[in-house]
Amino acid sequence: MTANQVPGSAIHVQGLEKSYKKLEVLRGVDFDVAWGSIFALLGSNGAGKTTVVNILSTLLKADAGTASVNGFDVATQAADVRQSISLTGQFAAVDEILSGRENLILVARLRHLKYPVRVADDLLGRFLLTDAATRKVATYSGGMRRRLDIAMSLIGSPPVIFLDEPTTGLDPQARLEVWQTVKELAEQGTTVLLSTQYLDEAEQLAGRIAILHGGRIIVNGTLTELKRLLPPAKVEYVEKQPTLEDVFLAIVGDDGKDGDAGKNRSAVTEATEQR
Amino acid sequence: MTQHFLGDTFVLLGRSLRHITRSVDTIITTTVMPIGLLLMFVYVFGGAIKSGSQSYVNYLLPGILLITIASGISYTAYRLFLDVRGGIFERFQSMPIARTSVLWAHVLTSLFANLISLVVVVLVALLMGFRSGAGVLAWLAVVGILILFTLALTWIAVIPGLSAKSSDGVSVFSYPLIFLPFISSAFVPTKTMPGPVRAFAQYQPVTSIVNAIRHLFALQPVGSGIWVAIAWCVGILVVAYVFAMIAYHRKFSR
Repeated sequence: MTANQVPGSAIHVQGLEKSYKKLEVLRGVDFDVAWGSIFALLGSNGAGKTTVVNILSTLLKADAGTASVNGFDVATQAADVRQSISLTGQFAAVDEILSGRENLILVARLRHLKYPVRVADDLLGRFLLTDAATRKVATYSGGMRRRLDIAMSLIGSPPVIFLDEPTTGLDPQARLEVWQTVKELAEQGTTVLLSTQYLDEAEQLAGRIAILHGGRIIVNGTLTELKRLLPPAKVEYVEKQPTLEDVFLAIVGDDGKDGDAGKNRSAVTEATEQR
Repeated sequence: MTQHFLGDTFVLLGRSLRHITRSVDTIITTTVMPIGLLLMFVYVFGGAIKSGSQSYVNYLLPGILLITIASGISYTAYRLFLDVRGGIFERFQSMPIARTSVLWAHVLTSLFANLISLVVVVLVALLMGFRSGAGVLAWLAVVGILILFTLALTWIAVIPGLSAKSSDGVSVFSYPLIFLPFISSAFVPTKTMPGPVRAFAQYQPVTSIVNAIRHLFALQPVGSGIWVAIAWCVGILVVAYVFAMIAYHRKFSR
């Protein structure tokens, strides 16, 4: 590893701008991610989360602004940035035709590790994939695929990991597993940039949350800070209006049933009689 | 990261070769159409075609070999497209590797798969009576031309592989390439064609490549025709490579 930690932030983004033809996706994005923390980039679909992640992982060039990861500039020191990061994209980027084990060995060899097989077997155990190790990934469930995907990102222990919507399309159980993994990563000192559209995910995992909207970061803070932006919680009395269904049942009449429907009907009848 | 270029290409080549060996059906599919054409033209239409002194299967084989390559490279485009769509291409691009090795692995895999398909087609042609007295040098020249042609068409295939929007769109480009040999000397001598068609047929690349291979197989002097054939292959290769690189940089703007 040529990548050494430097003082400052793990990720530093300033004035980032990017347009696709005439569509301005990012109009000056600024944020910093502290070493070893989980930072959530929150935004609706199309807000530009993936664009930010792609610029930081050297897949895209920004039109303006600067960004550095692990102390390396993404524009001028791209190779060092790639040495320092792992990208887990929006869709599990695994090879379906290879087995889980072969996928891990492939990445380990591409990261030029000394013992790719040992690394692969370690990760298979850690991610509960040992039983499925020799099966084609095409036969894996969505959760297993995502676990393998994340396992592939951990190979070579990069200090910074990008997770772009890691739980999109997963069932609740698999989602909890991914969350557990992300928490463990941060505990071991890895910096995690998480992009998500799920508010509860950001709430569960992230130390800091930034909301990307209209091409800018409109809020950036801890969960407590964000909650303080709103007036304190209060109890409200809300009058319950009858729904169309209530009205329909009341008018049509439902003689077989007792209860609300009957009472409502009498109320309606009374109202008509009074007229 | 250029010091890793060979090693990374080798690792990625191993990966995509596994794709080939685990889905042998793609090789079978690639060879079905050329073999079908071979059977049909030799046993159905061939009797009516005057191909000169050689037997028709000998006359036809060079063109069929080019069609085999043209149909084979649509899988190259498709495999690359699946990598791009599935996100694994992006994963590789974000890793500390020699980035173009990802493309080179696909190109070399294409070469490998096409050579297997070509061997299958030649074996079928041998069963059908194809014979050649060509020596080692002539065979090497034939293989060399076929490799150049495969590389040229493979780099063409890289362009839709990187830029296609759908899996249907990705193989469309290969149809005209498969069709091109029909308007050449591959099936019938060009002199029977009407003026403008003949002019196109005589000067398009397939004719010179087919003629060069045919002369090598038949132990006839190749003359300057072989250099025209090689020039076409290299020319297409260079232009296709340049456009493939433009497509690549458009996708990953660094």
